Amino acid sequence: MSSPVQQFKQAANVVAHDLQHRATIQTALEKYTVIRDQTRGAFRDYAAVRQAAAEIKWEAVNHLDKYLELFVSKLEARGAKVHWAGTGEQACEIILGVVREKKARSIIKSKTMTSEEIHLNEALELEGYEVVESDLGEFIVQLKKETPYHIVFPAMHLTRGEIKDLFNRKLAANTSDNPGELTMVARRVLRKKYINADIGLTGANFAIAETGMISITENEGNARLTAALPKTMITLLGLEKILPRLEDLALFLPMLATSGTGQPLTCYNTMYGGPRQPGEFDGPEELHVVLLDGRRTELLANAEQRDSLHCIRCGACLNVCPIFRNIGGHTYGTTYSGPIGSVITPHLRGLQGWKHLSVSSSLCGACTETCPVKIDLAHHLLQNRRDATAQKPARLWKLGFKFFAFIINRPAIYKLLAPLGRVGQKLHSPLKSTRLDPVYAWTKTREMPQIAPQTFREFWTNRK
Amino acid sequence: MTERQKILGRIREALAVEAPFPGRHDVSGKPAPTSSLARDCLPFVGDSVDEQLAAFRQNAANLQAHFHLPGSRDEFKMQLIGIRDAGGWKKIATHSGELTDFALQSIDIPAIKTDSGYDMEELEKCDAGITECDALIAQTGSVLVTNRSAGGRALSVLPSHHVVLARRGQLLRDLPAAFEFLRRKYGANYPSMISFITGPSRTGDIERILVLGAHGPRELTIFLL
Repeated sequence: MSSPVQQFKQAANVVAHDLQHRATIQTALEKYTVIRDQTRGAFRDYAAVRQAAAEIKWEAVNHLDKYLELFVSKLEARGAKVHWAGTGEQACEIILGVVREKKARSIIKSKTMTSEEIHLNEALELEGYEVVESDLGEFIVQLKKETPYHIVFPAMHLTRGEIKDLFNRKLAANTSDNPGELTMVARRVLRKKYINADIGLTGANFAIAETGMISITENEGNARLTAALPKTMITLLGLEKILPRLEDLALFLPMLATSGTGQPLTCYNTMYGGPRQPGEFDGPEELHVVLLDGRRTELLANAEQRDSLHCIRCGACLNVCPIFRNIGGHTYGTTYSGPIGSVITPHLRGLQGWKHLSVSSSLCGACTETCPVKIDLAHHLLQNRRDATAQKPARLWKLGFKFFAFIINRPAIYKLLAPLGRVGQKLHSPLKSTRLDPVYAWTKTREMPQIAPQTFREFWTNRK
Repeated sequence: MTERQKILGRIREALAVEAPFPGRHDVSGKPAPTSSLARDCLPFVGDSVDEQLAAFRQNAANLQAHFHLPGSRDEFKMQLIGIRDAGGWKKIATHSGELTDFALQSIDIPAIKTDSGYDMEELEKCDAGITECDALIAQTGSVLVTNRSAGGRALSVLPSHHVVLARRGQLLRDLPAAFEFLRRKYGANYPSMISFITGPSRTGDIERILVLGAHGPRELTIFLL
């Protein structure tokens, strides 16, 4: 198997030249940009909202122990069972334990990126359980046996024609490529699944410490159904999802919607405070909440980049990133793609294996500028570059610069070598952009600047 | 040591080092308490009931929800019968309540009441779910429901048409007001589900094209009585 960096380079090379793919992504993201700007414009003070959101998240993340304990005690007082998972494997094992104990057969799932991170579906399927994704985009990529392309729009890379073919092949649907009709096919299939599922599995967008609530943001109603019909509900969340107070949602719900999809508020924003309570007549009898560390505490220990735990997974930085727009979501080979993925993946999976993500950036700062909680993404990419090199110096690179410094500091040698550049370029020109070219990696897509016919020194001495 | 202790231990150890000021990579220190109230930054809604009503009406229209403001109970009855006939309703689901009971009497068709126990498949087949609510929010055009006020967790999302009945006094100005209201109404004894419903269920997952009725109701009708 090829290394992440080789896989990344190969995929980027293919996707960046795929014009159809580019057109699909550009169209989708242009629509987003227009609506997002309109929605932002309705805020009385968007800059102040961003600063307030950043400060609330700062408060939560920098007092994480206090707020987590409060969250857990409040939720447990309402009859929920809270599980702590240090690693992804532990989280899978905990969930499998609940599924086995309930003698469950089928599991309906609403969207959770954290479950992608820990490969939960594979773990459940390996033991023979049926797991069905209910978010339309996730349902589509699950049928296609792909990972989500984007953390908010999992199937944004597919055209309606491709989805039609997929539904006709996998679901014997006999549908047209009309998006409305395609959606109704999924609706029909999934309604049966909700009713028959033994377990509803959800993610969470926010965890409210003060009241012990899980807040789920969605548009389709699939999470509402997942948390209403099955007898057992399991919620998996990263431990950084904490918000201190319930009324913080007055700010975060519209922020998440505006940044995520450009809507003023998504269709369903629901807070769950435990399983069915005495006197209530429907909803799950049991609620299991799995809190995942999964190396988040390592990110927490990095004070400089601690604010990357403020992330509310809105996907706004992906949408504006010129790299994401060109190489697409799958190229990253990570659960979280785009700028936030490039920042956190080296911490979650290892710096040396994933440092290439930090250099695959134009450092234009669009991500930093759009982030609703003001994560300093562009600087974090630089810090990851710095740390990767400090940990494992690039010796050849250093040697090259030493050589350069040696020459540039010695006028006599420089004078001797400078004209050689012109000769070198002449000799190089027949080889340029061929496989024999020693600097092919550069010249296959770029032009070398033409070396001037005379050096400045020559020009100065020869001037009349 | 339990996993909980280990994780909390790692967190405390990590937090011993101070993080930079939020939104800054080069300045350290703790932020001052947020000076700006959420209300002053969020989209504007006027003080008067008329302005709030206008905002709600506009937002509901943008969301493709149907909004009705009947002048009397009789007018409400006629409008509801009109919707029943237009939708060809044969059976509906609702819950006990002053407004829902009146609605059920008005349209006079077979109904199940979720609060006396229900079968999921039967509820799924109902043409409409009629519920009361906790509040309407002018700023966003949202309906605030809880499983206590709106007949449980499924009634407002499983039938394909959700009809909400609200009283004039239930219209709130904005999201901060909604959370203040929840605190006042429920205190620590809050229902296990609180949901802001903002328009009929929707998706844009196929080529970012809007489709209504992804998994929840295709139609949302709101009556303000």
